[in-house]
Amino acid sequence: MRLRVFTTSHRALGILYLLLALVAVIAGTLLSLIMRLHRIWPDLAVPFFGTIKPEGYLALVTMHGTLMIFFVLTTAPQIGFANLVLPEQIGARGMAFPRLNAAAFWLTALALLVLLAAFFVPQGAPISGWTSYPPLSAVASAGPGEGAGMDLWLASIAIFCLASWLGAVNMLVTILGERRAGMTWSRLPMTVWAWLVTSILTLLVFSVLLAAIILLFSDRHFGSSFFVPRGDLVNGHIVGHGDGSPLLWLHLFWFFGHPEVYIAVLPGMGLATSLFANFARRRVAGYRVMAAMLVAIGLLGLVVWGHHMFVSGMNPYAGTAFALTTMAIAVPSTVEALGWLTILWGGRLRLRTPMLFALGFLSFFIAGGLTGPILAQPALDAYLHNTFFVVAHFHLVMAMAGVFSIFAGIYYWFPLISGRMMNESLGKLHFWITLIAAYGTFFPMHFSGLAGEPRHYERLAGPVTSFSAIAANERGITFSALLLASAQLIFLWNIFTSVRRGRVAEANPWEATTLEWAPEMGRGRVERGPYEYEIPANETIFHPQWELASKQE
Amino acid sequence: MPATFTRHPVEIERKDTGIGGKPPLDRRPTGGGGDGDNWENRPSGRRGPRELLTRYRLGVLFALAGDLMFFVALVSAFFVRQSAGHFDARENYVSDWHPLAVPPILWINTAILILSSLTMEMARRQLFHEIDVMDEWLGLGRPAVKRAAPWLVATFTLGSLFLAGQWIAWKQLVQQGFRYNSPDPSSHFFYLITGTHGIHLLLGVIALAAALGALFILRRIELRQIVVDCTAWYWHTMGLFWIFLFALLVCFQ
Ligand code: HEM
Ligand SMILES: [Cu+2]
Repeated sequence: MRLRVFTTSHRALGILYLLLALVAVIAGTLLSLIMRLHRIWPDLAVPFFGTIKPEGYLALVTMHGTLMIFFVLTTAPQIGFANLVLPEQIGARGMAFPRLNAAAFWLTALALLVLLAAFFVPQGAPISGWTSYPPLSAVASAGPGEGAGMDLWLASIAIFCLASWLGAVNMLVTILGERRAGMTWSRLPMTVWAWLVTSILTLLVFSVLLAAIILLFSDRHFGSSFFVPRGDLVNGHIVGHGDGSPLLWLHLFWFFGHPEVYIAVLPGMGLATSLFANFARRRVAGYRVMAAMLVAIGLLGLVVWGHHMFVSGMNPYAGTAFALTTMAIAVPSTVEALGWLTILWGGRLRLRTPMLFALGFLSFFIAGGLTGPILAQPALDAYLHNTFFVVAHFHLVMAMAGVFSIFAGIYYWFPLISGRMMNESLGKLHFWITLIAAYGTFFPMHFSGLAGEPRHYERLAGPVTSFSAIAANERGITFSALLLASAQLIFLWNIFTSVRRGRVAEANPWEATTLEWAPEMGRGRVERGPYEYEIPANETIFHPQWELASKQE
Repeated sequence: MPATFTRHPVEIERKDTGIGGKPPLDRRPTGGGGDGDNWENRPSGRRGPRELLTRYRLGVLFALAGDLMFFVALVSAFFVRQSAGHFDARENYVSDWHPLAVPPILWINTAILILSSLTMEMARRQLFHEIDVMDEWLGLGRPAVKRAAPWLVATFTLGSLFLAGQWIAWKQLVQQGFRYNSPDPSSHFFYLITGTHGIHLLLGVIALAAALGALFILRRIELRQIVVDCTAWYWHTMGLFWIFLFALLVCFQ
């Protein structure tokens, strides 16, 4: 398949989005490896960076988080995969607004460039973390990178907001208006439900982030005082001249930030549902409930943002309220997980690579999800906040679950795009090493966190002994992270060779039922649900959605 | 190959712009009202002359929903900032928020904007006037365009007047010593809210000019309808947003 620059073909754009995410993930991973090496050998000189100063470490954290969250986890599973298959899955002839869609991609690419440019301006990249809390982020003299670097960060994320907003408008109109006749709500593949919910979330929350960014930018350059408190002393100078409220930024940011994590993970949940049904040859029991729970998670996700702010000085009663809503969100999440287990239970599992990665997704979703309700207790969070415990939580539930869903999607749709299969043995090897190394990297972080190790600290000064007990733990994490990163070379190699020399895929290689695998996109009505597999009778019997319902049934 | 696989009759694909070869009227000519005439059951791209219009309307609707959240965020920031204060050395609560009296000219501007929504609606209606649409569709001149254009020009003028009025209001405030960066947060918010709304309106005025041009350039009545219709919904929404924002600035200082 040839890619034209400025194409409006949704499939080509999907591939471009995935390539963009690949660039971002490579950059982000390299940054994280530097951090991990620094943590165990603080005096090591790294190429390009030299020995890392505390502010250098903060710049690494900031850029790592921003790249991964925005340009990988928000981009690939949502708009990337949706461009790849969404129109086919609903039987549309294409996206509703192809040019708008293409514009969204190029804006995203521009945003990535602007972000990476922050490394090359005087004083380098910003240091205030992916959450950019003021006053650090509001005052240029607050630290290196908070001048030009921070401005570039703000510009990049503002462009990203606009791009996601355009992409979401296009996706919503496509899902609502372009479905094929007969593609009713209860016949939509679960991925489409997930994209529907994430697009709505995108529209609602990225607009708020954009507003917050404008306010912050104005504080930095136009002398307003939205976020900087009175008498705020930065580097020996009083910078605060009004009763600005840093909490205001936290509220606005996390109103965006929490739904954002669901934007990253919901598409994976939809995909996992489809893959479980396919590779277990089972119908999705309680399809309507599963779909409704996706919507419920999306809606509840809009009212839980305060759980990131328990120790911020927010009113404690508000903390209690947010703890309650947060616990409530565990309910639909649990229903989803139980729904998946029901599909798997007694299914005839075909453990092909995409299925393995979907199972990996499930395992991380549960492993990381279990610590969520712990962190949602204000009393426990007072101790755990900003420790590595939180880092463990979100790397398992968001980062690893998200990345595994991306892998599952790529292994699954690869034949659709390239006409060839990916190598199965390399795929399995890739899966097992990645699974073990991922747990090896992120699970022990719980222990560091419980021991009190804070996040975003380059090293801990003070009595040498206080953290010596976790030094071995830290070393283990670093070696595991190195293994995790190198295992991805297997994946890249697999893609690279399979594109040219992989086994040629037959039509519908996974014996799937959803429309993207239809042999031709005729114009018939859809008369079947998305997951009509039937093992009790015969494993090979299934009814794809492009098949007409026969009258005898 | 899957065991049970049926090919279904493939309709011959026509190159179709989603307009459907029927006049874009409100009334749906059902021609007997059988099942086959329900446009929802047709493949997309063949769902009647209103399909494209519906698609663009939906797009504008969603975009505006996102935009609404943008203003909601600004308004909530307004309230949070208003209630932020500090305690001085004697433990008195002091707030740096001093209510700002909006320049009276804003009342005139608001009236102008409401008026412009009316003219906009008049322009929009012309393009859905059945007899004229039929004429245009059949290629018998462009009566709808002729009637809509003056209303569009009127809206454009009123919109520009509104923007000019806002500009005057800012000038007046600056003369009274309220600048964007004066220490008073209520003045940040005044400029921020009127400013971001003004940018939206500027885009609207540009869209109006473009729509006016498009009326004469576009060849199909269906597309002319879309251009004016979408501009109109955008314009109405901005008017509505303004009324809320203005009420906020006047009553909730
Ligand atoms: C039952 C479900 C969940 C609960 C109750 C929960 C609860 C929490 C709480 C209370 C925190 C704040 C910890 C702190 O900063 O002290 C947190 C952080 C976080 N959670 Fe979750 N969580 C859940 C699921 C998820 C999911 C599904 C994702 C992503 C897909 C996720 C991603 C994150 C991230 C990224 C952070 C850290 C943000 C940061 O500070 O940089 N969580 N979670
Ligand atoms: Cu959260």
